[in-house]
Amino acid sequence: MAEEVILLDFWPSPFAMRVGIALREKGVEFDLREEDLSNKSPLLLKMNPVHKKVPVLVHNGKPVCESLVIVEYIDETWVRRCPLLPSDPYERACARFWADYVETKTYSAARKVWPSTGEAQEVAKKEFIECLKVLEGELGDKAYFGGERFGYVDVSLVPLYSWFYALEASANFSVAEECPKLVAWAKRCMQRESVAKSLPDQYKVYEYMLELKKKIRAQ
Amino acid sequence: MAKLKIIVSATSLFCVRIEWALKLKGLEYELIFEDWSKGKSELLLKSNPAHKKIPVLLDDGVAIAESKVILEYIDEKWKGGDLYPLLPQDPCERAQARFWAQFADDKCLFGTWGACCAEDALEKEKAVEAALESFTYLEKQIEGKKFFAGDKIGYLDLVVGWIPHWLGILEEIGGMKILDAERFPSLHEWAQNFVEIPLIKECLPPRDKLVNRLSLVRSSAPNKP
Repeated sequence: MAEEVILLDFWPSPFAMRVGIALREKGVEFDLREEDLSNKSPLLLKMNPVHKKVPVLVHNGKPVCESLVIVEYIDETWVRRCPLLPSDPYERACARFWADYVETKTYSAARKVWPSTGEAQEVAKKEFIECLKVLEGELGDKAYFGGERFGYVDVSLVPLYSWFYALEASANFSVAEECPKLVAWAKRCMQRESVAKSLPDQYKVYEYMLELKKKIRAQ
Repeated sequence: MAKLKIIVSATSLFCVRIEWALKLKGLEYELIFEDWSKGKSELLLKSNPAHKKIPVLLDDGVAIAESKVILEYIDEKWKGGDLYPLLPQDPCERAQARFWAQFADDKCLFGTWGACCAEDALEKEKAVEAALESFTYLEKQIEGKKFFAGDKIGYLDLVVGWIPHWLGILEEIGGMKILDAERFPSLHEWAQNFVEIPLIKECLPPRDKLVNRLSLVRSSAPNKP
């Protein structure tokens, strides 16, 4: 039976990158459609009328929205290859807890770093680095957050690696200096084809951020 | 002595979700109450160092935090046979339930809390507008169904289960109206059906305690209810 899998994407979006990684880990063939967020496609508006945001996964005509919801959906639908969540209920709970921490604390802290300046930026930077340190503590000496296997928490966090240079340049700090183990983990993840193919070049993201800053200043 | 314990506060809408889930599964549990006048307990700080928040489920001493994570843990650990399912089996339906649970918490709940705390009249008006828009989406989800999960309650009903008992109080102390029966007839009917369920009703904190606690939190800082 022919499967139709479409990913509505925006290349700098770390949320969309999560879905790309999950699909590629599972070896799912999909149609990657790049959105112009200033001119959203009729498909995007129809498939995500509530938020009108990417990523959206359209599987045989049915939409799934919100990146972590999509990643779980992918894990539950394509079960034969590369399980992203472990099978034990407690380990699954830990994975979901840490993915939630990445989502609600880390990404929201990162989002405050690059557009701010002066004292506000110093506060935002401190909060962001603190989050990374907590995550580094949780990673410990493991290869991946779940242990030996690449999984759900890695998928939720690693897209942020493509934004590291942009964040470092705008707030004058070095993630490698603050959290060397975390950077080593990110580079380990980048050796996986799914991650390498889904993350854009850090300099490209940096240039995108500069453009975005210009637009914000102009408003 | 119960192997399952929940670190709770007497009035938290997040904690009551966990009690409901355990009762649906027929599981015995013990409540460990935080006394906010004494500050956060050692047990809480040790069990949830990342957020230092309730609820925390202790399963034979092992801690699980974040209410929606706990609900899924309960559903996955105690499943099959006669055990009550919280989430549906089908991946598409599961994704829908998770999506709406996230939406309901982010937009309906925090939208309502934001509107409740807003002091400035214009700010309050805008916040109420936004909350009403989010409730419109929820109304569409319940239209034509007795409960969000269908004929019986499920995960999403538990997550939005704060509405029948907590919303009226937030409206009162916040000087606003959100759940209008005329504007949201299906949601209004769902609310009435939901609180009539005995195991739901028996976990609800007394109204006056809730009014006192929410008024206090509202006046001190815009925080989680």
